[in-house]
Amino acid sequence: MKDHAPRTPLRAINWNRLEDEKDLEVWNRLTVNFWLPEKVPLSNDVQSWATLRPEERELTIRVFTGLTLLDTIQNTLGAPAMMPDAITPHEEAVLSNIAFMEAVHARSYSSIFSTLCLTPEVDAAFRWAEENPHLQQKARLVLEEYKAGSDPLKRKIASVFLESFLFYSGFYLPMYWSSRAKLTNTADLIRLIIRDEAVHGYYIGYKYQRGLERLGEAERAALKDFAFSLIFDLYDVEAKYTAELYDGIGLTEDVKAFLHYNANKALQNLGYEALFPPQACEVNPAILAALSPDSENHDFFSGSGSSYVIGKAVATEDEDWDF
Amino acid sequence: MGGLVYYSSASGNTARFVARLGLAAGRIPVSPCDPLPEAATPYVLICPTYADGTGRGAVPKQVIRFLNDPARRAGLRGVIAAGNRNFGATYALAGRVISDKCNVPVLYRFELAGTDLDISRVQAGLEKFWGTECLTMA
Repeated sequence: MKDHAPRTPLRAINWNRLEDEKDLEVWNRLTVNFWLPEKVPLSNDVQSWATLRPEERELTIRVFTGLTLLDTIQNTLGAPAMMPDAITPHEEAVLSNIAFMEAVHARSYSSIFSTLCLTPEVDAAFRWAEENPHLQQKARLVLEEYKAGSDPLKRKIASVFLESFLFYSGFYLPMYWSSRAKLTNTADLIRLIIRDEAVHGYYIGYKYQRGLERLGEAERAALKDFAFSLIFDLYDVEAKYTAELYDGIGLTEDVKAFLHYNANKALQNLGYEALFPPQACEVNPAILAALSPDSENHDFFSGSGSSYVIGKAVATEDEDWDF
Repeated sequence: MGGLVYYSSASGNTARFVARLGLAAGRIPVSPCDPLPEAATPYVLICPTYADGTGRGAVPKQVIRFLNDPARRAGLRGVIAAGNRNFGATYALAGRVISDKCNVPVLYRFELAGTDLDISRVQAGLEKFWGTECLTMA
């Protein structure tokens, strides 16, 4: 009898029939950017690691363990939870790529640990992560929106905040070490993660904005209120988490400027205006330089000279340019 | 003052930046089927970056199409590039590529849809830039 029940046909994905060009654009970007931790010569940081003081090493391991937790959540819960919400089959495929890369990120931290650290130090940090109330709290705030039955667009808001805001209290530290010429290979690996998370936050934020377009004014206003309220709550936890980690080396205020700057960028990914004023977002220039090394800082309007900004050799597809 | 031309994909970051600038600007369409805007001469181009990890594909195809016309290219005086520092060395790379190809300066760089500070800097910068342009043309 079962065989006679009417069925909707199962549909194969056709990448040659796109409903949203952005899906293919992001798929191509993510697949071209694919990497594995084995490609980064982490062992070159062994000597540098030995120059860190014991409390600096403990801080670094804890920060990376906190990042591992967020990547684990996004890998196993966040990205899969958004797949049933996908508007196009291609969006689902992109989310499956995002899920897998989050697993690669989580796995990378263990590569750093096995290269640089002693097993008991790492085990202690994983216990610390389970017991740290602020880390657990920020993870729970996001998970609340990932659970079944919650609003698909709220899930995207939470996901963008995880990708584009919550990681940054952690990403700060390897950028800081790199600006002091320490753990520079580890920083190279972290930059690969940062690059991926930037595409993830951009794409999920883009899909959020497409979703908003289908709603009326009142629903849109309610979601915007929700987004600002959630980032306030997350910021509150982040500020405590940051103080607990960084007070010991006197960097809390510096990290907070970085948090404000990234919270504003996360809101921009959702199409919203900034929350923190410019004076609260004055990120240490050494950290900005560590984020985008070799990307020259001079330009015409900033008055840093009238010379043309011409970079090093850049890859361009000459076949596209006729002249 | 000279003109302004910009490209913004469906995500709309650059479009939001241009809207807040409050200056008249022509938009290069996302679809290759739509007509390209007439560029006032001279003009400044605002362009986002879409590079992969190695820097390929930094300049959107539609912008390349726009610049491949010698008449339009002749009016280009400078480029303002958008991007995201999280892309590391390729941050706002479209600016450098266009600068190299068209021999015009990178005037400014900003992230995503820009901050209030970026808006006031670009407003002031463009005013000053066109002032200098007029002097050199005279």
